[in-house]
Amino acid sequence: MQGTLVFATTEGGALARNALEVLAGGKRLKALLGEPVGAALLGTDLAAHVPLLFAYGADHVYRAEHPLLERYQGDAHAIALHQVCQRAQPNVILLPGDSTGRELGPRLAHRLKAGFVADFIDFDLDPASGRLRFTRQTYGGKALSVVVPNVGPVVATVKVRALDPAAKEEGRSGEETMVDVALDASQLKTRLLERVQEEVTGVKLDDAKIVVSGGRGLRGPEGFKVLEELAQVLKGAVGASRAATDAGWVPPSWQVGQTGKSVSPELYLAFGISGATQHVAGMSGAKHIVAVNTDPEAPIYKVAQLGVVADWKAVATKLIEQCRELTR
Amino acid sequence: MPLNIIVCIKQIIDPEIPASQFKIDPSTKRQVQGSHSLVISVYDQNAIEVAIQLKERHGGKVTAISVGAATAVTALKSALSMGADEAVLVSDPAMVASDQQGIAHVLAKAIQKVGGGELILTGCVSGDWGDRAVPAFVAEELGIGCVSFVSRVEAKDGQVVLRRVVEDGYELIEAKTPVLASIISDETNTPRYPKLKDIMAAGKKTIPVWKAADLGLAPERIGAGAARVAIADVYVPVKESKCEMIEGDTPEEQAAKLAARLRELKLI
Ligand SMILES: Cc1cc2nc3c(=O)[nH]c(=O)nc-3n(C[C@H](O)[C@H](O)[C@H](O)COP(=O)(O)OP(=O)(O)OC[C@H]3O[C@@H](n4cnc5c(N)ncnc54)[C@H](O)[C@@H]3O)c2cc1C
Ligand SMILES: Nc1ncnc2c1ncn2[C@@H]1O[C@H](COP(=O)(O)O)[C@@H](O)[C@H]1O
Repeated sequence: MQGTLVFATTEGGALARNALEVLAGGKRLKALLGEPVGAALLGTDLAAHVPLLFAYGADHVYRAEHPLLERYQGDAHAIALHQVCQRAQPNVILLPGDSTGRELGPRLAHRLKAGFVADFIDFDLDPASGRLRFTRQTYGGKALSVVVPNVGPVVATVKVRALDPAAKEEGRSGEETMVDVALDASQLKTRLLERVQEEVTGVKLDDAKIVVSGGRGLRGPEGFKVLEELAQVLKGAVGASRAATDAGWVPPSWQVGQTGKSVSPELYLAFGISGATQHVAGMSGAKHIVAVNTDPEAPIYKVAQLGVVADWKAVATKLIEQCRELTR
Repeated sequence: MPLNIIVCIKQIIDPEIPASQFKIDPSTKRQVQGSHSLVISVYDQNAIEVAIQLKERHGGKVTAISVGAATAVTALKSALSMGADEAVLVSDPAMVASDQQGIAHVLAKAIQKVGGGELILTGCVSGDWGDRAVPAFVAEELGIGCVSFVSRVEAKDGQVVLRRVVEDGYELIEAKTPVLASIISDETNTPRYPKLKDIMAAGKKTIPVWKAADLGLAPERIGAGAARVAIADVYVPVKESKCEMIEGDTPEEQAAKLAARLRELKLI
């Protein structure tokens, strides 16, 4: 095969939203280059996902089933995905820019002697050379860079929430290849002991339509209780800046930004967050941004559409009351 | 069991300067330093902290390695003042135009030259380029295990248990040594402030500077010629912004207006 191979991850027994975003990237490449989209499916009990992958735009599914692939384990997945690539021979390999793809992507690139592009937000063909070029954020979101592969193939991760998920087309079908991966436990240098999932009450931050975020301006973990109440009233999720997660006020999984999550809600409410570019890198995809900060010069007002210069707590508390009334 | 720990650190221009003071030199496609200070890339400081805490618990040695310009000596001295025992700078104009895979190759060679270690630590992402790729490339170069986005490390009898932060919680991963871990910040690894006497002592230490030839680097593995990706452009995007400020005599009044405005926009 030529063309693109997308790494299709699953989550809770379904194709992950991040995988659908990566598939959207594959479909765009197909439109640009006219080459087919393959999907690599790794794990156990995967048959049900195959027709879905066709419906979401895959022309060819490479399915690799192995007990060691049941959950993500770096070594096992790097070995298996490498073998799938050797079989499929793609020019471009796309992975999601999440904790899985960001680890697997560079490892795979190294094994394939491929170029690597991290977390692109866009791509096109250079009109002069006809070569593919990727745009990505750099310097913590302060600049954009254009990266061009010098060699083929190229492995790239797609920044989470940079592309809209692929749309489903009923009735599409494609070709399926089973790949027998040669893999045994003695090859694994690391072993997953346990996966500790945090309890989420209410909406997941990753998919929330409304995100209520807090930063250093909250001055302690208690402030987040107020934001949790607001999030509950709005049926949203709570996020945080790195200042708040590093202080241990809230778990690391709440962090929004370059090192944390990328979110693209309809509404993002930032309380006591200054608006450092590294934070903005994770939320600039929000449709509407509201900033509440005591400092009228805070950079957050450069990205917000609505601003309130005031104490966060007074605003949040009143907002809870108002929203309760409005939604009654 | 004492641990030999190697920490890879990168010196960068302070990444937390305001966006308004950030400039790219269009000819070099790099950030203009201006009057901004050079620092150890933020998560590399957390990696040093993790290394020193492990040394305090288990004994052993911490070696800091940096690939960069001659100025990176000051970053390595800061690492020494925090508690690292040794430091090495790899600096050669031949490496300047390398891509991240080229830099990782150099780092791997330097790690081998200092004798390797049970644990290789890096930051999870650099504050300037930010590929999150160098750690995995180094592990692949060395043929060792790789665990990314680790906030805590526990060591016992030739094994380490790493806490890997993922989207919905964390994983506990057991690894045989040697293993590479890229470090993410949490409340247990806030970098310490060095004591004045340690800063003085670090100032007196000499830091060896190695060139490509000292590492026996093949010219075809470093520099622009070896790069698998090229940087065609780096620029600051122009963003127009218009923020509607919600005024009022009290925060409560502002909040009420905000709620009404959000309602009007059908957002709540
Ligand atoms: C490589 C790298 C990666 C990073 N990744 C991330 C990331 O993923 N996510 C992230 O968030 N950051 C990240 N950062 C850190 C980032 O640069 C900032 O340091 C961080 O976002 C600051 O958090 P903050 O806005 O909460 O704190 P501060 O910058 O300290 O801002 C606090 C704000 O609260 C306001 N305030 C104070 N009191 C009140 C009050 N009573 N009411 C209302 N407002 C008040 C202040 O005016 C101020 O604007 C990263 C940095 C680097 C170098
Ligand atoms: N030139 C360098 N010298 C030493 N370590 C580096 C260098 N470049 C990257 N690293 C390490 O790799 C990590 C991730 O870098 P990056 O892949 O650029 O995001 C950094 O936090 C450092 O620990």
